[in-house]
Amino acid sequence: MDFFKDTWYLYIRLVRLTRRMPVFLLLSIMQPVLWMLLFGQLFAAVITIPGFEADSYIQFIAPGIAIMTALFSAAYSGMGLLRDIEGGVLDRLLATPVSRGAIVASRVLLASSQVVLQAGVILVMAFFLGARPHGGVLGLLLLLLAAALLAAAFASTSCGLALLTRRQELVIAAMNFMVLPMTFLSSMIMSQNLMPAWIRTMARVNPVNWAVIAARQGFEGQNLTELATSLALLSGFTLVCAIFAVQAFHRYQRAM
Amino acid sequence: MKHSEPGGSTNAIEVEDLRKTYRGGVEALRGLSFEVRSGEIFALLGPNGAGKSTTVRILTTLASATGGSARVAGLDVASDAREVRRRIGYIAQGSGGDPLITGRENLQLQGQIFRLPPKRLRQRIDELLALFQLEDAAARMVETYSGGMRRRLDVAMGLIHQPEVLFLDEPTTGLDPKSRSVMWKEVERLAREGLTILLTTHYLEEADHLAQRLAIIDHGSVVVAGSPDELKGGLRGDLVSIELRDRDRTDEARATIEAVDGVSRVLRTGVELYAQVDQGTSAVPAVVGALEKAGLEVAQISLSRPSLDDVYLTATGQVFQQGGASASSDDL
Repeated sequence: MDFFKDTWYLYIRLVRLTRRMPVFLLLSIMQPVLWMLLFGQLFAAVITIPGFEADSYIQFIAPGIAIMTALFSAAYSGMGLLRDIEGGVLDRLLATPVSRGAIVASRVLLASSQVVLQAGVILVMAFFLGARPHGGVLGLLLLLLAAALLAAAFASTSCGLALLTRRQELVIAAMNFMVLPMTFLSSMIMSQNLMPAWIRTMARVNPVNWAVIAARQGFEGQNLTELATSLALLSGFTLVCAIFAVQAFHRYQRAM
Repeated sequence: MKHSEPGGSTNAIEVEDLRKTYRGGVEALRGLSFEVRSGEIFALLGPNGAGKSTTVRILTTLASATGGSARVAGLDVASDAREVRRRIGYIAQGSGGDPLITGRENLQLQGQIFRLPPKRLRQRIDELLALFQLEDAAARMVETYSGGMRRRLDVAMGLIHQPEVLFLDEPTTGLDPKSRSVMWKEVERLAREGLTILLTTHYLEEADHLAQRLAIIDHGSVVVAGSPDELKGGLRGDLVSIELRDRDRTDEARATIEAVDGVSRVLRTGVELYAQVDQGTSAVPAVVGALEKAGLEVAQISLSRPSLDDVYLTATGQVFQQGGASASSDDL
């Protein structure tokens, strides 16, 4: 109970400070819109390759971009935590009875809600560009759930790394190291049918690909078994990342 | 170590043989002991790196000790950490306020963490904003505050839940003289209301002015503790400070002065020598005479009643000698 209350109070604080950075908000909304336009134009021709199997590239890429947003927004969640460490905010909180888990959970919640907002913008835009959600409202909700889960996983990892290393440069480098390879080792922008065999194998164990598959199946509403399996795997991954973050937090406190 | 007074007054903080060794082997605390009585202002005075902040971090549950024990408000900081956190207010060395939200929002979050009911919290926030003269700035982002305003907000945040014990880590470091005197007045007023306050400082003047009792700590242990008057009284007689024209012969002069009748001890800091003497008026001519006889010319000599500075000097000087380091070491 204390955990949920504290998470909420700390979340409100983060929402407040995010709202006070209108440029940041504007950019984080513009970014996925830009990606949609760029990727949609640049790769529009791949749909004509035999075996791609999609009605239109926008239809294919909309759920993929939603997941991409989750990845890129949440990966740097640890930066805010570092600012709290350096500014003494974290120490001030730790000297109060605030729930320890809530400190990381509020950041994860912020990353997830930001991503849901961004994914929403993407979906609305995709609709105007001609994409249709065949999976209905439930499918769309599951798409957003997949994006939120992946965002939570990456936000946890990012916060965990921030607590372990306490260096901005290291967190940025480590997250950059993961984000792009995981993007390209998935069916985010390219159909699985057209991947080289080794990438297809790697994609099978790539959490980003699980999120992409779940999002795309939610959008298309075709293969519900695949949707359920991917979501289950993704949830497991998110849980592992959350445990990592909690462990990192304990380690941070022990080091003091 | 003395625990509670026979009269029954209790101790708000009891620290016994506290030790802290950081990974890598740095010994920050080497058996630190002191107690703070309920309702008093107690100062931990010492140079940077003496172990003041480490002590406060252990007492506020932010760090764990490697040995010894510490109790705050009657509770063990290690085994009862959660309850300790409910009863203390902690104002860290740097500002703990969030710069990107407003002063009022900072206070609100702090109060919510301590589960003040919404209505009570609103009253308390208004009360504190008025008390610390932050009403006009309440709706502004803390980022825009001056150093003094930030510090006042920090203290207000530390007081939101009406703690029993307040920890102030270097409350006036980096403040201009005016903000410092405002802060001193606040601290004194809080103490009058019965709050126990432990503050750390490396300003002698601050400890002398504010604290009922203080402990001088150096190299992770208490060198001397007591009230400022007790400590000053503990220095017998007067203090003569001497500076030589030929600074290279200061060590030679030291030996000469030590041999003079009525001189109990001589310490050196940089180019100055301090002689602790029984009778200042008779010691000054005797010292000057002895130095002249040895062919050492005096550039400056002065006589003073012991101040807290002298307590500090003799206290930390003693440690240098005990530690085997050269007594003429400059790094006092």
